[in-house]
Amino acid sequence: MDWFLQPTSVTDKLLVMVVAIVLFVAIMGLILWAIDRPKVPTWVVVTGFVGPVLAALAVGLLWPAIKTAIQSFQVSQAVLGPNGKPVIDRTTGQRSSELVFSLDNYSRVFSDAGFQKVLINTALWVLLVPILATAIGLIYAVLVDRTRFEKFAKALVFLPMAISMVGASIIWKFVYEYRQAGSPQIGLANQLLVWLGLEPYQFLITEPWNTFFLIIVMIWIQAGFAMTVLSAAIKAVPDDIIEAAQLDGATGFKLFRKVTVPTIRPAVVVVLTTIAMGTLKAFDVVRTMTGGQFGTSVVANEFYTQSFRQGQGGVGVGAALAVILFIIVIPVIAYNVRQMRLVEETR
Amino acid sequence: MSQSGQAIELPITTDSTPEEKYSARQQKKAMRLQDAKTKLSSPWASGLAIIIAILWTIPTFGLLVTSFRPVSDIQNSGWWTFFANPGFTIDNYSNALSNSAGGLGNFFLNSFVIVLPAVVIPITLALLAAYAFAWIDFKGRDAIFVAIFALQIVPLQVALIPLQTLFVNAGLQNSFWPVWIAHTIFGMPLAIFLLHNFMKEVPRSIVEAARVDGAGHVKIFFVVLMPLLIPAIAAFGIFQFLWVWNDLLVATVFAPSPNLRPITAAIAELSGSKGSQWELLSAGAFISIIVPLAVFIGLQRYFVRGLLAGGVKG
Amino acid sequence: MAIAGISAAALVLTACGGGSTTPAASDTAGAGSTTTSGGSATTSGSSTDGGTVGATSTWCEDVKSKYGDLTGKKVSVYTTIVAPEDQPYIDAYKLFTECTGAEVSYEGSKEFEAQIVVRVQSGNPPDIGIFPQPGLISQLVNDTGKVIPLDPDVETFARKYFPEDWMNYGVINDIPFGIPNNADFKSLVWYNTKLYKDNGYSIPTTWEELTALQDKVAATTPPWCIGIKSGEATGWQITDWLEEYVLRDWGPDVYDQWVKHEIPFNDPKIASSLAEVGKVLKDPKYVNAGFGGVDTIASTEFNDPSAKIQDGQCTLSRQAANFDANFKNVKLGPDGDVNAFYFPPKTTDFGNTVLGGGTFYAQFANAASGRPEVDAMMYFLASPEFANARAKAGSWISANRGLQASNVPSPIQQTALETLQKPDTTFRFDASDLMPAPVGSDAEWKQFTAWVTGQDDQTTLNNIEAAWPAS
Repeated sequence: MDWFLQPTSVTDKLLVMVVAIVLFVAIMGLILWAIDRPKVPTWVVVTGFVGPVLAALAVGLLWPAIKTAIQSFQVSQAVLGPNGKPVIDRTTGQRSSELVFSLDNYSRVFSDAGFQKVLINTALWVLLVPILATAIGLIYAVLVDRTRFEKFAKALVFLPMAISMVGASIIWKFVYEYRQAGSPQIGLANQLLVWLGLEPYQFLITEPWNTFFLIIVMIWIQAGFAMTVLSAAIKAVPDDIIEAAQLDGATGFKLFRKVTVPTIRPAVVVVLTTIAMGTLKAFDVVRTMTGGQFGTSVVANEFYTQSFRQGQGGVGVGAALAVILFIIVIPVIAYNVRQMRLVEETR
Repeated sequence: MSQSGQAIELPITTDSTPEEKYSARQQKKAMRLQDAKTKLSSPWASGLAIIIAILWTIPTFGLLVTSFRPVSDIQNSGWWTFFANPGFTIDNYSNALSNSAGGLGNFFLNSFVIVLPAVVIPITLALLAAYAFAWIDFKGRDAIFVAIFALQIVPLQVALIPLQTLFVNAGLQNSFWPVWIAHTIFGMPLAIFLLHNFMKEVPRSIVEAARVDGAGHVKIFFVVLMPLLIPAIAAFGIFQFLWVWNDLLVATVFAPSPNLRPITAAIAELSGSKGSQWELLSAGAFISIIVPLAVFIGLQRYFVRGLLAGGVKG
Repeated sequence: MAIAGISAAALVLTACGGGSTTPAASDTAGAGSTTTSGGSATTSGSSTDGGTVGATSTWCEDVKSKYGDLTGKKVSVYTTIVAPEDQPYIDAYKLFTECTGAEVSYEGSKEFEAQIVVRVQSGNPPDIGIFPQPGLISQLVNDTGKVIPLDPDVETFARKYFPEDWMNYGVINDIPFGIPNNADFKSLVWYNTKLYKDNGYSIPTTWEELTALQDKVAATTPPWCIGIKSGEATGWQITDWLEEYVLRDWGPDVYDQWVKHEIPFNDPKIASSLAEVGKVLKDPKYVNAGFGGVDTIASTEFNDPSAKIQDGQCTLSRQAANFDANFKNVKLGPDGDVNAFYFPPKTTDFGNTVLGGGTFYAQFANAASGRPEVDAMMYFLASPEFANARAKAGSWISANRGLQASNVPSPIQQTALETLQKPDTTFRFDASDLMPAPVGSDAEWKQFTAWVTGQDDQTTLNNIEAAWPAS
């Protein structure tokens, strides 16, 4: 069974891939076949459809999330022996510690100036990236709609989506890179400033604007996603609505504002939500471009650093950050739930 | 992708809509007429579109040029000077290819092996779940759906150690299984959310008609809904593919050994222990972009199709 | 950490704090490690006991008799060192395979620091890790209890070759865990030989000569060049500057108190040293040669100064000996294009003060867990044969007393090794690598980055002090 668990050759790897897919299809097929009977109670059918997903999510996301929430209220304390000194295991060298309930992690996050900055930055990211990326994606989708170069034009803007965030960071290094005035610039943005007769500028270091320059990178990545989804939505606007509006004399921008936008509103909400969620979790841009320095760090990056680099003390702080991240998103979730309800009512 | 989440009953009957039935030819004519009219005021519009396109393309183009320049040039002058005094080399590519132990071919294979199940499995599961949430009435449906939606926000990092512990206990570490399972779990909440939106688009009448004919849920799912959803599935599949292909975090944790390492992780390790060899990174970045780009360009038509292409409208 | 004292009795051995623990110096004062250094050729507790011991040992026969036949076994080594710098290690490990028949699988990742935590916590550790800071080993010991102490035989053998204080960097809660790997000699100033020849500069050997040269150059152009950018670790270069100054201003005893948090990070002594560093690094007269103003320190990659040294724009650059890896196709040494001189002491009170760092091997499996080959590998890693083979393969020195200077190809590393082995050298280990992670690999980096871009001294030191873990 070596190929199954530790494939090394090309054929083994391909084989295990095929086996994985076949295995999955077989199991799911069996489940669906089992529930596809007349007179089966609804709950059995639902279990067949939703059960595998719920099981996977409960184990892989829900349980870790709950554990994290608990950890956020714990701090680790050294256990003291009768002599008042830490108790140390003589064979492993481990110092015994116990987790005790405490609000310290939260008070640290909210009182520490550095963490406050992180929270503010995260709020900026989560507001600006979805709104601007969606706006640009929508405008562009409308502009190139039904033109001769539509496919090509869309491919250009979609391109960043296909690039990993690490790749994007490398790309933008050659935009923002700074060289002292008088020596040849290697960053395009600074070269433009020099051509305009201005001084070169430290894009990634000068607070507070550096956060915005990082946000631009994320917008650049996400606009393609917004464009593709919204473009499809625009194309699906039924002709008769457009025609009706045209008979009313709406043209150009008015038609777009009065008819297209309201019609694709649900799609816009979905895009905004998806990008907001993606933005909250993404830490690669910050990590690779500034390492979270110069006051640019965001919660996701800080969480990673704290949880994996700072030992037991960091785990609690990291967990508190994750919980705060979740709280930041609650309004987004609530809004979406309301939207779903509305749609539900109209059906 | 398509008009996600759009209610089907659109306010078609606006005050002034004449209830006229167009013939096919009239319809075509109307379409052409509309073509001319939906354009925003032209020169400004084209100008703006061109500006956006340029802004979105230039940075990447800059990296492409950079990747073909000698190291000393990269450090001492901007890539745009390349056209005035070209210094052309393919060393960066050959170094990138030779620097990665085992050659990039092996990492490409790993990426491929990781990506296929990591796209097929979560999408299949998400489709089934999305169907249940959209078309089966059961108790607690909305609550569970909202919970899954909310799970999107759980940062992957919280799940890394718990999941890896499970895999180690099951003896699965150092194989592809953990990567597939992890990607499946992490990709599903968003997949369910988006695909559920498509599912709801299907006119109720179609589903009801099938139900009257005595079809069960499994049959309705496969026979009625699947054909209608193909464009949406393809579109979402491409997104999932891009996420998995470009992922670094999951790969770093669940496929750490060089034998399993995908191309993105290999590229990230390229620049050596001592920091920043931009010339290698720029070449490496392009090597890793090739596949997703080809996939996108090859499957682009799915993106521009409306969801219900195939004429179920009305 | 250790006191480079002359008498072993005065030694204070404690764990280096890491993770959520503070070195409880008081618990362990005077306590030696659990085993006495048996059969050691030397007894001095200073890293600086002169001379070397033999370059050959009986390690191969030893492991064969101690650990039995290991043919076909496998040992995995996990490290931060990735291609192309990994090859010299892979080559040096071949000696082990030739002797025992056990294979070594080498795996490097730049994400080592975070990944080792994930791997250990999830029960999938490597057999051996190469740790960039002793603080990280002690963090894992105290948080997980999964690191395995050295086999007494391995420890005895290692103590034969490594100076006591180097062995003590790997002692945590009185129990030995680490075998020193490389020694990184940090107190060097790199310069362009042709530039010095053309301008008639002589190599400074005292602090006064260094400041005189610095001021002479500053009349026309900034002399120093420095970059602190290094991904998430941006700022570490300044921690080294501060450590150099603390060691030179106040001597090794105060330095040790500072490391152990017996004096706070914002102590007036430390503040005065930081102010001294600021007089160089925050003065546009002195920095940043070849790059621009003071603010370019933060936007320059830490290894970029190599180019400015090469093209003669930069007169002085304080960098470690392993900086030589950044000079490709450049002849190094006094008769080459680029060379380095020793960063001189400020006074004669403390001998030749040297700041250094190093990496350490620690193990996660042993004979008791059915893996004797891992102990055998650790035994081999402590041997002079490994040190010499590794040194021959590329820029690398270690504190191993069996390492022959003649086996070190780089002239700069050779000089570094000779200085390290001199009796009047006062060696101190990089403080930030010994301090708990929230201080040494988080707060210090961030705060010094903020400091160089304008934050004042006192705020900087107060913020770092505030990050010190309470427990």
